[in-house]
Amino acid sequence: MLNINEVYKTFNPGTINEKKALNGVNLNLNSEDFVTVIGGNGAGKSTILNMIAGVYPIDRGSIILDGIDITYLPEHKRAHYLGRVFQDPMKGTASNMEIQENLAIAYRRGKKRGLSWGITKAEKEKFHEELKVLGLGLEDRMTSKVGLLSGGQRQALTLLMATLQKPKLLLLDEHTAALDPKTARNVLSLTNEIIQADKLTAIMITHNMKDAIKYGNRLIMMHEGRVVYDVAGEEKKNLQVSDLLAKFEQASGGEFANDRMMLA
Amino acid sequence: MSFLISLLWATHAATAQGILFGVMALGVYITFRVLDFPDMTCDGSFVLGGCVSAVLIVKAGWNPYVTLIVAVLAGGASGAITAFLHNKCKIPAILSGILTMTALYSINIRVMGQANTTLLGVDTVVSMVKDILPESIQGIANFTNWVVIVLGCIFVTLVTMFMYWFFGTEIGCAIRATGNNGDMVRALGEDTDKMKMLGLVIGNSLVALSGALVAQSQGYADVGMGVGTIVIGLASIVIGEVIMSRARTFKFRLISILLGAVIYRVIIAWVLQMGLKATDLKLLTALVVAIALTIPKMLGATAASKATISMKGGDSNAKH
Repeated sequence: MLNINEVYKTFNPGTINEKKALNGVNLNLNSEDFVTVIGGNGAGKSTILNMIAGVYPIDRGSIILDGIDITYLPEHKRAHYLGRVFQDPMKGTASNMEIQENLAIAYRRGKKRGLSWGITKAEKEKFHEELKVLGLGLEDRMTSKVGLLSGGQRQALTLLMATLQKPKLLLLDEHTAALDPKTARNVLSLTNEIIQADKLTAIMITHNMKDAIKYGNRLIMMHEGRVVYDVAGEEKKNLQVSDLLAKFEQASGGEFANDRMMLA
Repeated sequence: MSFLISLLWATHAATAQGILFGVMALGVYITFRVLDFPDMTCDGSFVLGGCVSAVLIVKAGWNPYVTLIVAVLAGGASGAITAFLHNKCKIPAILSGILTMTALYSINIRVMGQANTTLLGVDTVVSMVKDILPESIQGIANFTNWVVIVLGCIFVTLVTMFMYWFFGTEIGCAIRATGNNGDMVRALGEDTDKMKMLGLVIGNSLVALSGALVAQSQGYADVGMGVGTIVIGLASIVIGEVIMSRARTFKFRLISILLGAVIYRVIIAWVLQMGLKATDLKLLTALVVAIALTIPKMLGATAASKATISMKGGDSNAKH
């Protein structure tokens, strides 16, 4: 489904700020895999997602998605195959536009945009039904500006927008990190429901080790731009947070796990 | 009494001019507000529209209405150049516009062969309408301004209808979203560079159309007629926002800008009547825009601090 082969990326090469973000990443995903990704700050988690999405070009290696070589495709062309939810709730939606207009733009992902009307009556009805599933009452506020919504509502909306056209791969970049714990739980279980219902292939970055264990069928740990631990199936189900901490200490050469991971 | 009458007629003339400048303000609205692109190109594309139109009438003897189409195309091309500088050459938005504007100064003089072109004694969009109207109404006081007002209203209606339609289409929605959140638009599979290009082309087409109409109605095109275009456009947008602050829908937003453009011209006419020097106008305009842009921010800041205070006091109604 997704083949990431020997991907390297260095930011600001040759300068004092040189940062080797990805150091030969290899990752192969099967169809309908739901992978959670953990790792300390600067491990390359967000970078690998941005490389898949095409936000920056990679230095070396290749990225193949469902048989299509997307290594050199520009960001907006890869978007035909990808659904994305960002960490920042502001980033996934257009705040000055209506809820239904945001959905209509998302509904045209991967399609040619022309001079026909931006949103049809049939679509409004469809969006009304889809919004009901979120259980946030947004179906009655379809003409409200997205800027009026809370962070959690915006993330739920972004999630719906990312999956309105079924993506080949769903990329979730710590999409609950900016939310309060209760809202984060709701958005996370909603995420899980949508992934299961639509049988999506997904990669989810999280700082919360419990969530990383609880959700998905596979877990990978990154460190210094490499995948250092990859576990799936029964073994993953039986993981404990303490196992992950041990793994993390082992990977980082005895260094203490960072505060955010300890607290999680 | 005579002062009042002259003030009235000055207002009348200003209204006529204001409507024509309204087309420019709508163009600036597309780039500055819809696309969130501070586009300085319009100072040059406004003049370009006027020059192209004037030269085609005077030197090539073209129908004044046909020259408007060429002016629109020329304006669009100048917007495309700014978009190219920004998208492909990675030059910041504001500098891309300044570069095109600066280049257009030379181009405009090349187009005219001199610094200005007079349109006296040739057909213009205004004179052609006057010619077909019956003799009996030609005697009305300030007849020309009446014609300009009616003609301007027709153009403004067409432009407003076009904008209302276009920004409701799939592409139009994507352009609006680009000005709002480019990251989202790329993540949803649209090329934001292409959307910026389209927005700049359409915005500058309208600015050039306005330049051509203004040149034809005032009877000359001058290389200096575009100085401060963006500031006048902004003043119109801001005045419109202040007087119709409740206008939330796109349709009313467009109408508010047109009203803003007219009110701006009327204010200018009044201060001139009161004896202000014409050369002081740019200073006055800049001050008006600076103040008008500051006030909403200050009001917003006090409203926000009030909300925090009352929320501390446990007032649940303070939430917006």
